[in-house]
Amino acid sequence: MSDAIALSWRQYRLERRMFWRNPSAAFFNFVLPLVILAGAGAALGGNQHQLDRLVPMIAGMSVMSTTFTALAYNIVFLRERGVLKRIRGTPLPTISYFGGVAANAVTNTAMQIAIVVLAGRVFFGIGWPQQWGALVVFVLVGVVCFAALGVAFAHAIPNFESTAAYVNAVFLPVVAVSFYAFDSSSAPGFVRTIADALPLKPLIDGLSGAMVTGASLASNLDALAVIALWGAFGLCFAVRGFSWEQHRT
Amino acid sequence: MNDGPAIEVSDLHKRYGAYEAVRGIDIEVRRGEVFGLLGPNGAGKTTTVEILEGYRARDGGEVSVLGYDPARRQIQLRRRIGIVLQAGGIYSHVTPREALRHWASFYPHPRDVGEVLELAGLSEKADVRSRRLSGGQLRRLDFALALVGDPELIFLDEPTTGFDPEARRAAWETIRSLRALGKTILLTTHYLDEAQALADRVAIVKEGRVLAIGPPRELGVGASHYRVAYRGPDGALVERETDDPTALLHTLTAEALARGERLEELTVGRPSLEDVYLELTADV
Repeated sequence: MSDAIALSWRQYRLERRMFWRNPSAAFFNFVLPLVILAGAGAALGGNQHQLDRLVPMIAGMSVMSTTFTALAYNIVFLRERGVLKRIRGTPLPTISYFGGVAANAVTNTAMQIAIVVLAGRVFFGIGWPQQWGALVVFVLVGVVCFAALGVAFAHAIPNFESTAAYVNAVFLPVVAVSFYAFDSSSAPGFVRTIADALPLKPLIDGLSGAMVTGASLASNLDALAVIALWGAFGLCFAVRGFSWEQHRT
Repeated sequence: MNDGPAIEVSDLHKRYGAYEAVRGIDIEVRRGEVFGLLGPNGAGKTTTVEILEGYRARDGGEVSVLGYDPARRQIQLRRRIGIVLQAGGIYSHVTPREALRHWASFYPHPRDVGEVLELAGLSEKADVRSRRLSGGQLRRLDFALALVGDPELIFLDEPTTGFDPEARRAAWETIRSLRALGKTILLTTHYLDEAQALADRVAIVKEGRVLAIGPPRELGVGASHYRVAYRGPDGALVERETDDPTALLHTLTAEALARGERLEELTVGRPSLEDVYLELTADV
């Protein structure tokens, strides 16, 4: 058992090293959300009400991009390149491998949330999060949920060349629907229904409560339940359909 | 457990949907030998090896690798085997030294990383990110990663496919040095000269079955036996095959002497592995 933990730690350190060595990954993980935040923030000018809504939206999107998007890309890449198959042939326990990979995703998300929180405090007059505990809970449950969904979704992607198309086909509509439903009180009922059933809008609700409005964890339990449910669904499919090898054609 | 054969396979079957890739293979690999699975593409070599490596479940038959059933994927077995896949990738942003250090941490008694780099001929590229390595250097890294755990049994699936002649000879040297260390090696190849140069014993495989098995030099026995060749009076090469070269030579030489001719370039030989292979794997 201690062996498995030590190997997880080694895998985690390797993942961190590779992350920093891949400039495009680092860019998409850190710079892009900040650019969107800065651009939208500037466009909104000093409208505090809208800035209050923007920051949790970007935070929610960051969770999704550092886990769902990043893992779907990575898993497909490693699978198609034969790295996963090679790892499968070694004594590295599966749990240690995924422990390291998951810890890496958690680190990226945590760093990004920290950046968004800081930017909100320094540039957008949002102040420090009101509910640190709720923030940690929502980020953690969000990471588990979207990471599992990312791994599960990788099964559906047939080859590396089509990864961007597949991932964006999910990521962009989910972000659009969730942002619209969260931000606009005039969004049609069916849009709200869809957004509330998907995991991103509940996550943004939870982050908004924790970061801006000060709503307690208890008042957002239904949102948490939706995310957890998606997480359970994702984990189930991530484990059941996992493929260590390229699809045979 | 250490006295038994390294690998025992009996009546192995594997199908992919309607296609039967392996149709009753029996092989036994002794400890310390280099055993070659030789056959054309699609013969079932890789399927067989991947069942032994624990990548695939078999549909029928018995398999034992170092006394374990590889389908159960026990960590105790995986610590004692090394695998060179036909096509296995490696992280692009990691150097060979880093990858080997990481891999070494999976095993209870790994070899020294510097030593393995040396053995694989990668010392000079040890600190270059793998995305900058050439195909041949990546293949050497495949070897190094399979060896760093100091395995007693090594699987090599088409280890030199795509190599230039120099790189092939270097790989052969590495394989010979592993054999000299007492390692057991199971290699697949579709190169006859490779099987002939490296393997103590060879199984010729086609369409999921073993057609012949034995040391490369003796494989001809029982198949086409002896071959007598000479150049006839018209200059054409004549080849005769026989079970009894003494009698045939007697007849041939008597006739030639009676005609006052010589049998130019007369040779008596055993068929080479190549002859046996071509005969056995011919489509007719």
